[in-house]
Amino acid sequence: MPTSTFTPTKPAPKDKEVSSSNEISRRGFFTKLGILFNGLAAAVLAVPVVGFLASSITRGRGNGYLSWVPLGPVSNFPEGETRLATFRNPYVMPTDGKTVDTACWVRHIAGDQFQVFAINCAHLGCPVRWFQQSGLFMCPCHGGAYYRDGSRASGPPERGLFEYPNKVENGVVIIQAGELPTPGAVAFLAGEKPPCA
Amino acid sequence: MRMIRKIGEWFDHRLQLAAPIREAVEHPVPRKTASWLYVFGSAALTVFLLQVVTGILLALIYVPSGAEAWTSLQALNHDVTLGWFIRAMHGWGSNFMVAIVLIHMVQVFLFGAYKFPRELTWILGIFLLLMTLGMAFTGQVMRFDQDAYWGLGIGASIASRVPIAGPAIVKLMLGGPIIAGATLSRFFALHVFVIPGLLIGFVALHLLMVIKLGINEWPMPGRIVKKATYEAEYHALTKKDGAPFFPYAIWKDLFFAAFIILAVAACAYYFGPFGPTGKPDPTIIQTAPKPDYFFLWLYALLSLLPPSLETPALLIGPVVVILGLLLLPFLSGEGEKSWKRRPIAVLTVMLIAITLGTFTHLAGFTPWSPHMNAWSGDPVPDRFIHGTTALQRQGALVFQVKQCRNCHSLGDVGGQRGPTLDGVAVRLTQDQLIRQVIQGGGNMPAYGKNLSPAETTALVAFLETLHPAGQAPARDASRDVVGGDAKPPGGTQ
Repeated sequence: MPTSTFTPTKPAPKDKEVSSSNEISRRGFFTKLGILFNGLAAAVLAVPVVGFLASSITRGRGNGYLSWVPLGPVSNFPEGETRLATFRNPYVMPTDGKTVDTACWVRHIAGDQFQVFAINCAHLGCPVRWFQQSGLFMCPCHGGAYYRDGSRASGPPERGLFEYPNKVENGVVIIQAGELPTPGAVAFLAGEKPPCA
Repeated sequence: MRMIRKIGEWFDHRLQLAAPIREAVEHPVPRKTASWLYVFGSAALTVFLLQVVTGILLALIYVPSGAEAWTSLQALNHDVTLGWFIRAMHGWGSNFMVAIVLIHMVQVFLFGAYKFPRELTWILGIFLLLMTLGMAFTGQVMRFDQDAYWGLGIGASIASRVPIAGPAIVKLMLGGPIIAGATLSRFFALHVFVIPGLLIGFVALHLLMVIKLGINEWPMPGRIVKKATYEAEYHALTKKDGAPFFPYAIWKDLFFAAFIILAVAACAYYFGPFGPTGKPDPTIIQTAPKPDYFFLWLYALLSLLPPSLETPALLIGPVVVILGLLLLPFLSGEGEKSWKRRPIAVLTVMLIAITLGTFTHLAGFTPWSPHMNAWSGDPVPDRFIHGTTALQRQGALVFQVKQCRNCHSLGDVGGQRGPTLDGVAVRLTQDQLIRQVIQGGGNMPAYGKNLSPAETTALVAFLETLHPAGQAPARDASRDVVGGDAKPPGGTQ
């Protein structure tokens, strides 16, 4: 916008005459000091602001989000079969609603031997479904498929399904869970990559 | 009248805005730019304002809480008077906005408007495009249904692939370890405060530059842009053959703006609001999430890229594309503006349009995804079983029960993940069929552990019947020599 029409508050010429070079440097000094003071205030404020924003990262350090959660008694999972189980995420906020309920696939191999797979496809996280008859997990999104032991069978995933560490305590299957498994953050998940077929 | 005039003068004495506004709206524009091809920028602004208004209206009812968002959308759809219409306007408005912004960008590109001295206008435009897409994605999250939930999972999976910082970015994006209430809240803040705030600022600067630098003149083949002379030439042009923007050119913008608003309203009225689909309950896994239409091409791309290329393409691709767009005015800031003399520019636009169009079309029927219910829902068509033996029928049953149909179609019914098997016996011999079934290969899982020898025999017997009438199935010629059941070469089956 043109500013030439803005006339009424032109500085009076008197001001200019009075201001000697000494005064300007004095004012200049205080202006610089003022900017510096504001910089200091901004730096002080930045500490809580960054701390607040990054809290979701810092809180999860050292597996801070992970806990052991029960999936149900061993008798819920017949030997040799793969069943869907659900658990409540250990870290819950009051506004979470149903989103903290999580599903996973439990494969009872034999005795106390279990494999617990994340529901999320190792490609981009869509929910995989188990097909008993063909012994495959299939993903509806981009066509990933996995064998019954979670290893990659075909499609775009670069690895097998994510696995939760699991154990049986007092006849109950428990898993260590709490974070959304993603291809880039698998450190907390049990094994290395399952062997590819 | 005199009273109104006096009041106006009172305000202007204090605001001092009348003169600059008059100067802005009456600035001379080249006559030929008063064209129907120059209306998309103002149309984008119109839809943006419409989105602001409908967005504020929705915020009167919507609750950005993981536990209640979905229910509040149901209330908007069904309980609040005309809530469905406002939702539909906002949803269709977003579709229109993405489309109009893209059309505007193509027009600006083909008319060479990004060249000197309008480089910064173009660069701000790129940021406006990115913000528009950002609004589209965060808006999809606001719908907090199954698609939104799993769409966030896809976003997180992509973000997690960033080297080293990936896991931290995911937690920052989700606001915690999983997709939950905090995720919705932060996307709400982005969708309602952060991105719109930036958008308003950027739109203002973008517009200011259009007024200050003048609208791009209609490109003429042979009229070359040179930094030394362009501005003088442009001023000469507007002097010689110019007309005030208001009222000479603005009426077309006004008509098109009203037309777009009515078009959004008509779509909203006839097609209604988008979703919400199922509840955002991650224990309901019978879902096949799909993005909104402007990201369908990406959905297709992620399915079709070879696995080894995917992460580099996801992480490097956007950087290259955005850098390319930002650098464009510096790489070709001078020279021809007319599309008639810029064949590479025209071909680039066509190539991109065809690529995106093809990917979007493919994403409409997702041939790469297994049809999860084909094995139980799509029976083997009768004609494939006519006149078959007991063993072959047993094979057809194995074919069905083992979920082969989820990926393979027969008679155009079933999944398209694998090849259609209507004529598979012509392509593969018996041995090849057995090997393929047991060991898998190509993109097919191995079924060796899931089929008994009897089942494999039956299945292959059935597959061998799948050849067009009058066309012989493939057979291994060496068998004639090695096996005892020699048949004369070229003999009939």
